Amino acid sequence: MVTSLPAAPPRVVVVTGVSRFLGARVASRLAADPRIERVIGLDPHEPSPALSGLLADVELIQADARASASVLAELGAEAIVHLAVTSAPDPHSGGRMAMKEQNVIGTMQLLAGAQGAGRLRKLVVRSSTAAYGASFRDPAVFTEDTEPRAVPRGSFARDILDIEGYVRGFRRRRPEIGATVLRFAPFISSTAETSLTRYFAQPLVPTVLGRDARLQFVHVDDALEILHRSVVEDHPGTFNVAGDGVLSLSQAVRRAGRISLPLPEGTLSSFAAVARNVGVGQIGLDQIDLFVHGRVVDTSRLVKEFGFTPRTTAAAFDDFINGHRNGASLSADRLAAAERAILDGIRRVRAAATQDQEHVQS
Amino acid sequence: MTQDEFHAALPGHTDFELPVAVPAKRLNGRRPGRRPARAAVEGPPAPELTGPDATEPTEPDATELPAADATPELPAADATPELPAAPAGVVDVWDQRVASGLAFLRRRLAGAYDIDDFGFDPELTDAVFHPMLKVLYRDWFRTEVFGIENVPDLDGGLVVGNHSGTVALDALMLTVALRDQHPRDRHLRLLGADLVFRMPVLSELARKAGATVACNPDAERLMREGELVGVFPEGFKGIGKRYSERYKLQRFGRGGFVSAALRTGTPIIPVAIVGAEEIYPIIADLKPLARLLGMPYFPVTPTFPWLGPLGLVPLPSKWLIEFCPPIPTAHLTEHADDPMVVYNLADEVRETIQATIHSLLEKRPDPFGR
Repeated sequence: MVTSLPAAPPRVVVVTGVSRFLGARVASRLAADPRIERVIGLDPHEPSPALSGLLADVELIQADARASASVLAELGAEAIVHLAVTSAPDPHSGGRMAMKEQNVIGTMQLLAGAQGAGRLRKLVVRSSTAAYGASFRDPAVFTEDTEPRAVPRGSFARDILDIEGYVRGFRRRRPEIGATVLRFAPFISSTAETSLTRYFAQPLVPTVLGRDARLQFVHVDDALEILHRSVVEDHPGTFNVAGDGVLSLSQAVRRAGRISLPLPEGTLSSFAAVARNVGVGQIGLDQIDLFVHGRVVDTSRLVKEFGFTPRTTAAAFDDFINGHRNGASLSADRLAAAERAILDGIRRVRAAATQDQEHVQS
Repeated sequence: MTQDEFHAALPGHTDFELPVAVPAKRLNGRRPGRRPARAAVEGPPAPELTGPDATEPTEPDATELPAADATPELPAADATPELPAAPAGVVDVWDQRVASGLAFLRRRLAGAYDIDDFGFDPELTDAVFHPMLKVLYRDWFRTEVFGIENVPDLDGGLVVGNHSGTVALDALMLTVALRDQHPRDRHLRLLGADLVFRMPVLSELARKAGATVACNPDAERLMREGELVGVFPEGFKGIGKRYSERYKLQRFGRGGFVSAALRTGTPIIPVAIVGAEEIYPIIADLKPLARLLGMPYFPVTPTFPWLGPLGLVPLPSKWLIEFCPPIPTAHLTEHADDPMVVYNLADEVRETIQATIHSLLEKRPDPFGR
């Protein structure tokens, strides 16, 4: 906590990336909070029709990150929630180039604009647990103080490292602004659409042969709660946001009732590259890094500071399973039915054999 | 009546053949081909063993047949309460086994099991890995364990051992020893070299069996959670040493294990393992080949690589494992970063292990004896 008094919630909040799933939800949630007077959505793109319903109470400004400096000063923003971070290149809107433009250059320009914004008190940045990199010498559980040992291969993870670097620079230059960096585990829920949820929704799930990564997820609703609290309360610092507990990749695939298809790492990489070029790819180098190394974080700092415990990884994944029942070939119900059928069959055969025997004896 | 009771009763009591004759009659009353099949279905019921064992050779069949006809009531009265009881009791065991086996398979296929943050899968370890390793532990290496009472019951502990044997079988046997001998059936959480975690299949097997990368954050986290952590500070220097160097402890690295124990105030339990040195005696180390393959050493043993896969069979040496009294560290917590304290403690642990190895070697004059 920076201030001793329980600081009043900021009156004017700027949310970036409102054309996307998370940004739109956070903006609408903040707009519904009576303590916040104005919520302004800043995005170079128009929100999709599905999301625009959420944004009824949000002032939308269609602006490039370069324009953000003037916009921020003009609006008198007291808090910025930076969610315009793309986790996977979208081939329909510029691919990797546009992704890097938005993630890295966008953050740089937004923070440059924020530096000059006089009334700014708070900055909340969406980061990811990908910030810990991927190395075979990594400890099994990352705390917020763990330094990445190797630069990851995935483009998203590299962008995240750059973004966190800019935030560190911003903290140095404007130490009076409370900056909250939230390192989210992959989002999951029954309705969320991310590259990982699409991946687990496939009937046949390709995995890396000989690797069974430890995964953690965070439920979207819990992520929204944490983002909301970090805007209206003061929680400067860096926090891991994930559900407690671990699922291994094979376990997650089995729980989802899917069938895994283990491929050697090289084959999977080239398959993924071909699939991406065709435009059906769910897997990038980010996912392959995750599937080889796994990623588990310690959330005790978050729980202590926010007084809020996100639901467990297993519970969050169960919610995903509930939303994706069709497409499951080996669901738990079917396995239980098969178990019963086999057991009954064995019992019948053995009962018949004993009867037969008793018959012979008598 | 069991076979043992029968044998105990036999000398000087010839009249004891009388009750034994009754099951023999039952045998002849049935079709002979039927019996083994029933025995296989029912499992091993005790009374059947006594019958054919002792009485058949002594009594001729011809005289018995009329006897069986003459007294049908008595054996039948004995047999009828026995027969329904025996199948009911025996069938249940097999039914339970089949049911629990199927339930296990279903749980595995549905992913309905729990793993911890380090990837440890207790269900898989207990159901699959330990039974397999226990065959090696008990029947192949005839392992004997001393000083198990030195291992704490509930709290964390750092088990520090000597490393040898070309492949890290000693670590696995130590895990089995603790699971098997400790009153609380404790799991040992091994710390492995990062080379293990680089290899595709091996890394996941290691994680599922409870191992993790040897680094201070992981070691401290496990010890704070009250786990028993196993570490072999000699590392590859220990397992890759020549047979001529056997039972000579190598350098103990930088003593990182000591500072991890000091920081968490966890007692250090030195453990001496005798027997692993003889399983794959290294007579030469092909360094250039090792460098080519990216391995720390390439062993040449009397059987490997000459006999191909047969050379992978460990020699059946006799193993002794002794846990030494724990060295408390709780009073030294503030000295975790003092290199002198760390070095002295590491040295103390090393000396203890070396002395215990010598005393164990005296107990075991022949490496391949019973």
